[in-house]
Amino acid sequence: METKRQYEVVFIVDPTADDEVSKLTENFTQIVTDQGGVVTKAETMGKRQLAYEILHHKDGTFVLLEIEGSGREIAELERRMRVNDRILRYITVRVDEDRRRAEKLKNRRARKAAKRPSQGGGGHSRRGAAMEFADAGE
Amino acid sequence: MSTNYEDRQRGGYDSDDDGDRRPMGGRGGGRRMHRRRVCRFCIDKVDLIDFKDVRLLQNYLPERGKILPRRISGSCATHQRMLAEAIKRARNIALLPYTTD
Repeated sequence: METKRQYEVVFIVDPTADDEVSKLTENFTQIVTDQGGVVTKAETMGKRQLAYEILHHKDGTFVLLEIEGSGREIAELERRMRVNDRILRYITVRVDEDRRRAEKLKNRRARKAAKRPSQGGGGHSRRGAAMEFADAGE
Repeated sequence: MSTNYEDRQRGGYDSDDDGDRRPMGGRGGGRRMHRRRVCRFCIDKVDLIDFKDVRLLQNYLPERGKILPRRISGSCATHQRMLAEAIKRARNIALLPYTTD
């Protein structure tokens, strides 16, 4: 059985084409849906200054998409973004594995806290955190 | 001789870099106050460092734009790794600079 993968896609839209942002987002959402994926979140992070120039642009509109799917829709989405010259830059990050790991660490911490009710004193809790972390490193 | 040795022992952490390597440093204080630094992410119990969190990442990027080394920030290995990864991603989409002149 195949588990769904989760991705975060951030892309930068040409600031001179600001009115196209919502249209592009809709367009991409449609592409993802067509390929069998689900867009769980679409958020415009707004216009902000770029840390360095990209194609002579000093700023751009950032859009974040959270996508759940098999990975095929990502391939198609990236192909489309590469072709589109309104998209200055994009990045795709797979997040499900990291999130699962974070969840696990959180649970472990909760379990440890439950097993060893606080004996008072900040020193103890700090040591506890350090030990927990040593476990996590494995 | 022996008294000197004891003196050194009391010096604690700084005993590894003493007079024989840096003649002008003198005894006692070593080169610097050795302050034990603790990973801030561990204290805050951070499990995930987001590359979109520019405010946070900027703290670990001095003027030159290089990633702040562990020996300065005191982050633990796991968190430094997460941090470095996040900074590199942020650089890729121009949220953070590769260099600043």
